[in-house]
Amino acid sequence: MSIESLKCKECGTAYALDASYVCENCFGPLEVAYDYSSLDPVEVKRRIQAGSQGIWRYADFLPFEGRPNDPLEPGLTPLVRADRLAERLGTEAEIWIKNDAANPTHSFKDRVVAVAVAKAHELGFETVACASTGNLANAVAAHAAAAGLDSYVFVPANLEEQKLLATGVYGTNLVGVRGNYDDVNRLCTQLAESRPWAFVNVNLRPYYAEGSKTLAYETVEQLSWELPDRVVSPIASGSLFTKLGRGFQEWLDLGLVAGKQPIFNGAQARGCSPVATAFAEGWDVCKPQKPETIAKSLAIGDPADGPYAVEHARRTGGGIDSVDDAEIRAGIKLLAETTGIFTETAGGVTVGVLKKLAERGELAAGERVVVYITGEGLKTLDATRDTFQMHEIDPDLDSFEAEFRQEVNV
Amino acid sequence: MSVTVKIPTQLRAATGGQSEVEVAGATVGEVLDAVFDAHGDLRERITQDGDLRRFVNVYVSGEDIRFQQGLETSIDDGAEVTILPAVAGG
Repeated sequence: MSIESLKCKECGTAYALDASYVCENCFGPLEVAYDYSSLDPVEVKRRIQAGSQGIWRYADFLPFEGRPNDPLEPGLTPLVRADRLAERLGTEAEIWIKNDAANPTHSFKDRVVAVAVAKAHELGFETVACASTGNLANAVAAHAAAAGLDSYVFVPANLEEQKLLATGVYGTNLVGVRGNYDDVNRLCTQLAESRPWAFVNVNLRPYYAEGSKTLAYETVEQLSWELPDRVVSPIASGSLFTKLGRGFQEWLDLGLVAGKQPIFNGAQARGCSPVATAFAEGWDVCKPQKPETIAKSLAIGDPADGPYAVEHARRTGGGIDSVDDAEIRAGIKLLAETTGIFTETAGGVTVGVLKKLAERGELAAGERVVVYITGEGLKTLDATRDTFQMHEIDPDLDSFEAEFRQEVNV
Repeated sequence: MSVTVKIPTQLRAATGGQSEVEVAGATVGEVLDAVFDAHGDLRERITQDGDLRRFVNVYVSGEDIRFQQGLETSIDDGAEVTILPAVAGG
C-alpha cells in the first residue's frame, strides 16, 4: 500500500504529507489519500490475522510505511452480544455492543491519538497538544508520556473532575480555558499557527482521524468478516461517524468484505445537537450552538465534520437523533443493568438513541445492530448520582432483616 | 472606521504574506469586501456565490458571527475580525 498525499475533501487539491489540515484554495479539510491498487485482499487478511492484538494489525490502512513503535497500543476491544438489552427494548433485532471504553485510557480516543502521536514522532515534533472535551485530554497526556514527548492539553476549565484528574496525573501541561469547547478549539487553531507543536486534532487532524477507521475494521473482523446491517454511533465533531463509514467502504472496495454500507444512525445530546438539527432541517451546513448538556464529551457546538456526518446518514438511509439529559441518565443505567457495561454520558446518549429507534419500530427483526460505546462510566460519575439508593444498616442480623423484611423469605 | 482583519497562515499566500490587513467597513460583509478589493485572490478562496464557504469561520472580537447577524454583523471602530478554518477539533 502506498500513502499518496493529503487531499482536500471539498475540491480534491493534493498536498504533501506534512503537518497541514486546511486546503489553501477552498478552506476544506484535508484527508489522507491512499493507493490500494497493489493490495492483494488475501495477503492483507493474512497480515491482519497474524498481526498484533490492537490497531496496528490494520497498519495497511493507516498512514505509515510499516508499523510504528507504540507502547500503549489500543484496540481489539470487546464486541459483545446484548440479548438482554434487546429484550428490554422489545426488539427482535440482534444488538451488539462495541465496548471501546476497554482501551488504555478508557475511551476510543486512544485509537486516534496512537496514530497522531506516532505521526508527530515521525515528523520530528517534540511536543504534542490538543483541544479536548476530556477523553482526548486523557489520551494525549498518556500517549505523550509513553512516547517521551512533552504535551499541552487544553480543556474547558469546568470539565468533570474525573477527566481533569485522569489527565494531570500523566505530567502534562493541563490548561483549563475559561470558555466552552468551541472557545478552546478556536484558541488552539490560533496557537497552532505560531507554536511548533503537533496539535493532534488541528494540524495533525488528517492523520489523527484515520485512527477511527480501526473501529470499523474490528467490527467486521469480530463479526467473522461480515458487515453489520446498522450502526449507532455518537456524534460530536462527526469525525468518528464519517470515518466508520470510510473504514467499511475501504474494505468493501478492496473485497475484504461483501455487502453494502450499514445504515448509519447518529446520536447527539439535545443540549448540543447541531448535527441532528441540520439532518432534521435538511441543511448541508450545521448552525453552531452553545452547548448545555451533561454529555460534555459530545459538547461541540461547531462540529468540523458535521456536514459530512449529515451526508453519510442520508446516503445510508439512516438518521441523526438527539436525547435529553434524563434520557442520557436512563441510557447509562439501561446499558449497565442489561450488559454489565458502565458507560459515560456519551454512551448514555447512544443507548438513548438506540431506545428511540426501537420504540419507533425502525429496528427490523434479525437485523444486526452494532452500538458504539466510546467511553467509561467512571469518568462521569455525577451522571449516575441519585439514580439508585444504598441500603445503610448496622452490622448485625436484626438490622439487615429489618431493612430487607419485605424481600427476604426465611 | 478602521478594522484589523487577522489572516490565517493558510491564506497568506493571497495577501503577500501579511498576517493582518487594515481596512474600513461598518459590517463584516463590508470589511471582507474591502479585504477582497485589496487582495483579489481571497474572494474565491473563502466565499462562494456571495456567502462564506462552509468551512470558514469568522469572529468579531472573539465571537462567531453566526451567533450574531452573520455578514450583516456590525463592527465597532478598532474591532478585530478573525478568519479561521472551521475544520479543527473533535
